[in-house]
Amino acid sequence: MTVSTNSAQVGSRPAALVIGGGIAGIQAALDIAEAGFQVYLVERSPSLGGRMSQLDKTFPTLDCSACILTPKMVDAGRHPNIRLMTYSEVVRVEGSEGQFRAQIRVKPRYVDVDKCRGCGLCAEACRLAGRVSSDFNAGLSKRAAVYVPFPQAVPLVYTVDPEECVYLTRGVCGKTFKCKDACDAGAINFDQKEELVEVEVGTVVVATGFDLFDPRRKPELGYGTYPQVITTLEFERLASASGPTAGRIALNGKLPQSVVFIQCVGSRDNSVGIPYCSRVCCMAVAKQAHLAHDRLPGAQVSVFYMDIRAFGKGFEEFYDRVRHEGVVYRRGNPSEVIRSGDRLLVRAEDTLLGERVEVEADLVVLAVGMAPRADAAVVREILNLKQDPNGFFLEDHPKLRTMESGIPGIFLAGCCQGPKDIPDTVAHAKAAASAAMILLAQAEKVTEKAHAAN
Amino acid sequence: MAFVPRVGVYICHCGINIAGTVEVKKVAEYAASLPGVAVAREYTYMCSDPGQELIGEDIRQLNLNRVVVASCSPRMHEPTFRAAVARAGLNPYCFEMANIREQCSWVHPAGREATEKAMQLVAAAVSKAVRLEPLEQREVSTIPAALVIGGGIAGLQSALDMASAGFPVALVERAQALGGHMADLQRTFPTLESAPELLNSVIERVRSQPLIRVLLGAQVKEISGFVGNFKAKVEVAGKVEELAVGSIVVATGFETFDARRKPELGYGTYPQVITTAEFEKLAEKGLEVNGKRPQSVVFIQCVGSRDQVVERPYCSRVCCMVTAKQARTVREKLPEAKVSVFYMDVRAFGKGFEEFYDETRKSGVLYRRGNPSEILRQGDRVLVRAEDTLLGERVEVEADLVVLAVGMQPRADSASLAGMLKLARSADGFLMEAHPKLRPVDTAMAGIFLAGCCQAPKDIAESIAQARAAAGTAMIPLMRGKVQVEAATSFVDPELCAGCGQCAQVCAFGALSLHPFRPIMTVNAVLCQGCGACATACPSGAINVKHFTLDQVMAQVETLSEFRPLAEKAEAVEVAA
Amino acid sequence: MLQIEANPIVQAQELLGCIQCGKCTAGCPMAIKTKLNPRTLILRLITAPDGFDLEGRDELWDCTTCATCSSRCPKLVNPMETIIRLRSAFVEQGRVHPNVKTALESTFRQGNPLTMPREDRAAWASGLDLRPMQAGVEYLYFVGCTPSYDPRVQKVTRSLVGLMKKGGVDFGILGVEENCCASEVRRLGETGLFEMMVEENQEKFHAAGVKRMFTTSPHCFNVFRNDYPKGSGIEVRHYTQVLAEAIEKKNLEFSGRFEKKVTYHDPCYLGRHNGIFDEPRAVLTGIPGVKLVEMDRSRQKSLCCEGGGGRMWLEGTNPGVRLAQMRIKEAMDTGAEVLATACPFCLLTLEEAAKQLNVEDRLRVMDIAEIAAEAL
Repeated sequence: MTVSTNSAQVGSRPAALVIGGGIAGIQAALDIAEAGFQVYLVERSPSLGGRMSQLDKTFPTLDCSACILTPKMVDAGRHPNIRLMTYSEVVRVEGSEGQFRAQIRVKPRYVDVDKCRGCGLCAEACRLAGRVSSDFNAGLSKRAAVYVPFPQAVPLVYTVDPEECVYLTRGVCGKTFKCKDACDAGAINFDQKEELVEVEVGTVVVATGFDLFDPRRKPELGYGTYPQVITTLEFERLASASGPTAGRIALNGKLPQSVVFIQCVGSRDNSVGIPYCSRVCCMAVAKQAHLAHDRLPGAQVSVFYMDIRAFGKGFEEFYDRVRHEGVVYRRGNPSEVIRSGDRLLVRAEDTLLGERVEVEADLVVLAVGMAPRADAAVVREILNLKQDPNGFFLEDHPKLRTMESGIPGIFLAGCCQGPKDIPDTVAHAKAAASAAMILLAQAEKVTEKAHAAN
Repeated sequence: MAFVPRVGVYICHCGINIAGTVEVKKVAEYAASLPGVAVAREYTYMCSDPGQELIGEDIRQLNLNRVVVASCSPRMHEPTFRAAVARAGLNPYCFEMANIREQCSWVHPAGREATEKAMQLVAAAVSKAVRLEPLEQREVSTIPAALVIGGGIAGLQSALDMASAGFPVALVERAQALGGHMADLQRTFPTLESAPELLNSVIERVRSQPLIRVLLGAQVKEISGFVGNFKAKVEVAGKVEELAVGSIVVATGFETFDARRKPELGYGTYPQVITTAEFEKLAEKGLEVNGKRPQSVVFIQCVGSRDQVVERPYCSRVCCMVTAKQARTVREKLPEAKVSVFYMDVRAFGKGFEEFYDETRKSGVLYRRGNPSEILRQGDRVLVRAEDTLLGERVEVEADLVVLAVGMQPRADSASLAGMLKLARSADGFLMEAHPKLRPVDTAMAGIFLAGCCQAPKDIAESIAQARAAAGTAMIPLMRGKVQVEAATSFVDPELCAGCGQCAQVCAFGALSLHPFRPIMTVNAVLCQGCGACATACPSGAINVKHFTLDQVMAQVETLSEFRPLAEKAEAVEVAA
Repeated sequence: MLQIEANPIVQAQELLGCIQCGKCTAGCPMAIKTKLNPRTLILRLITAPDGFDLEGRDELWDCTTCATCSSRCPKLVNPMETIIRLRSAFVEQGRVHPNVKTALESTFRQGNPLTMPREDRAAWASGLDLRPMQAGVEYLYFVGCTPSYDPRVQKVTRSLVGLMKKGGVDFGILGVEENCCASEVRRLGETGLFEMMVEENQEKFHAAGVKRMFTTSPHCFNVFRNDYPKGSGIEVRHYTQVLAEAIEKKNLEFSGRFEKKVTYHDPCYLGRHNGIFDEPRAVLTGIPGVKLVEMDRSRQKSLCCEGGGGRMWLEGTNPGVRLAQMRIKEAMDTGAEVLATACPFCLLTLEEAAKQLNVEDRLRVMDIAEIAAEAL
């Protein structure tokens, strides 16, 4: 284990640490870097991109998510002021505003980042090719033990999954390393070790994102029992051009004739201890319903809801559009999903008709709520952050300082502080960056004065 | 030595977005056959790292001097590819894009015609590329100062951030006091804290920040200049002052919908019908109507929002929570009164909002789903007529006080404001941001940023976040001290120019003026935005826009009209034989 | 069983725009006393899995087409038009009330729904020395069926003719050539007959060289202005617009006075359907002596008299207080002595209601034309 120290002052300029490489982290890092300060952008997965990279199209403009995200990813990857540390985790942060010391664990990819060209031959050759569940594709497809999460990954460097790789888990992988043999750049290196890097920074921006509600906690909806019941994230991957079905919304090769979306699964639900609203799902479902209607001509698409929260710019107009296109909205929170032959039956009350209804479906999509990350507690401890009653990081003041953590010098950006859509996340991240920039500019003045005084 | 073009052409698949409709392989093959093309490739995602590397490698190894990428709209990735090209040592203006996605694969069905159209577009791009000239990328220094237009909570917060970073800020507010609409509030949701206390804490900080110069009763009359170097004429107390700033943040706020436009609701006719805005003041004074304590209070949501009859199709975002807050206030102050809220959807989406809505219902506020049709007089009370859509029955509720949740709308002067700043407005009339997802505070005018409700309805927390975001983004060029300016500007051929001045008349940016001593026009390359209006207006053809010269554009037009797909060419040969 | 396909109506009426807010049912005057619920009708159409059964849905005939629903729908859905389309399904099967059947047949045969002989249509004009309409005459005065045949409304027609002459308005009539405008035919859902009559009428107007017209009834006014094909280029006005103009230009002056407190009932087809609220009031206030007071339910909130939508022929099919009676009470609450209106259907239903309530001695129901004529 090597420990290297990186002075935060590059030419005596103070630096920032951004934890999390999703759109929030990327935006905050870019802003701070553009202002002229050094940024350490730390992302635990092998690539930047976060949740936004898993989306197909975004509401209400129906922009292709990857198209608007990848330029920012590439910018962040290449920015002279950003030191990108992917497949890395922050393990300790000490100090105070203006002078934090952070220890970052750079996990071994077992692939030399300077040699890997992202050609993919190793993955093709891997003994486990097509056998490892792909997290990025929400478990809907398989990959090899050596992988990039998605084709536009930044950096486009392969990573060996230490929990799946036969060699790393069992000590031996047949007679030869198939991956090493396939790689003509000699980039595979099983001798890599974890590195600990210490950096000194003036400010920290937390942008660690969110997880999704596990719909298995509502067994009456059949997720995990019926293959036709999926989550909105899984739908997103099915609909995505770079997904497991290249954008074809099909289950086992069959195109659904009736698609039913169910809102508020794991939100606004005290029976699972989640009272809050996840904010984005009404619009996400409207978008997905539009895609379903678009890609499955003749299919019946319905949405069961309690309230439609189409509150943002262009949102109500998008909701109008989607209804006009033929998506049927029914007010009622379904109680259960049961089997009906080889189809499913969604049982709800249409509260506006005042009648119970049973809708047959070939595909049921659950709008699962946003939840704090499973490892939020770890991040919280490292930074001594407070959490709100729902487990998201607590802001210093709910109106005036939603991007401040209460700890001077540590800022919050994006969904780690609470559910948000992309525009609100970007604004929030930029706000956090602004706060960070101010600190760094002030710290710089102090340093300059100190130097001048000498 | 004559210029020998060596063009690299790159056809992007964009996943299946292009490749699913256009046969990219054929397009690449076709491109390779074009004169001047040294290499033609196709790749899945040109904008990705390896895609950009492909270009860089070829520039270095194959000595390319011009590059064409056929992919999405230049609005998407022109800067990306220009940067990629520059990194490899080639002038970024020696790069041209062919839009075969938005202008081809996304609007046509898959087939031969789509592929041929893509070929056409690529051929035209190549024709232009071989005629492109390198252009100098210039930087100008920025004035380390900022202007904030509007002294509401958004403007206040923006000013604070920029001043904290060390930049002098002029905060221009047309009213005689700071605070905007927030100054009219009693309490805020969801914490029910005192709004004046929150606001005053911010105003205090502004007042004690020496770098912020507050101008009350002031109005911006004119803005000229360009990013990093704006001149603003501000009128205060009859005198006009000129300010020089590097960045401008627009935080001019909103107006409320005039409920008189819905006469069936009786606002302006019945004294018992008021708006949510008026409720705040009434609550302060003691919630009496005609000297009596109301026994029945009815709130009506979505008055002037989600309503195409009055041309307000959008949602005003905050009213569901404002109503819940006000309904709670009534329950506190008038415990004996019945309180109901008529709604269509309850949009309690933010942090703590759903819980607040839960508490509001528990406190005794009755939520009824239905959009009332009209309000009638009933003695000295009024009658609200609605359908409770969940009961499926019409209801008539007698009320002593009816509060209409009026929507937010763009300020009446937003058209003239937008004109003054050359900003675009969205379909709903609010000022338009540069990109709705990824650029919520930028505008199409470099150096001018948006904060708060002038861009779209939002609550206090969101206004502050956006204001800080705008400040941060506005500060970037100021912190760097310099900013790049448009290189593709217009230029005058002195041989052809007659000095007639037609160009100056159509220039929206004041970039053209008569030469001090020669009878010709000159272009201020820093003010010029490269829009091309002058080039079209010039009767002598003396003005051209760099990177879009007549030569270059006509070459594209000719290529497009002379295009023949390869198959046809083969046939032609056979026939001739 | 009267099963119809829901989808064509859903598509044609863009019903998917509906968010079920309930404003339509909330303001529907007939929902007060009948089963009619426009909102649930729309929801049933949207969610109908295998078509829609009209059997038993007699409430569809309760709609007066007052447009309260359509004029206020925030998503610009038109429940009123949807109901009319559903009526067509009944009509196609011949399943209409006998009164309606009679009225439709009469319209077809005699050119009016009142079963009156065609040749008597111009009887009211005898002795009035009116010009037949021809090219060169500025206005066609389109009289309408009820104003031609109904003795009570003939008084309005004669008053109007006197006013127009006095005001120097150049007009002609079609006499026995005049045919029903077919407005109520359309509201009853008889699209076939409606289209036939539109063609006939357009030919007649063309042959008579009609360029501008004014009507007695707001129903005729509305159908010519909005439902007839636009290409004819004929400018359509209501008589109150012509009178208001004449008064303003001082072409029509009053030598007498009408010293009464008057309140004005906005007819649905003049007010809510076409936004004409001010001209009738301008005529009234232009009459010396008139003290105009407003009911609470005025202008856009005016309460339908229950005469429209074909309901003139469906009297008594639904129980409950007639809306016209509620209206009489509202008028009396203002202290007015005269309830003025500008529509023959309103006139008849309101007068009938005043009779039933026994208040004819306290509240006189008059058409604006009659009031003006008295002050001439």
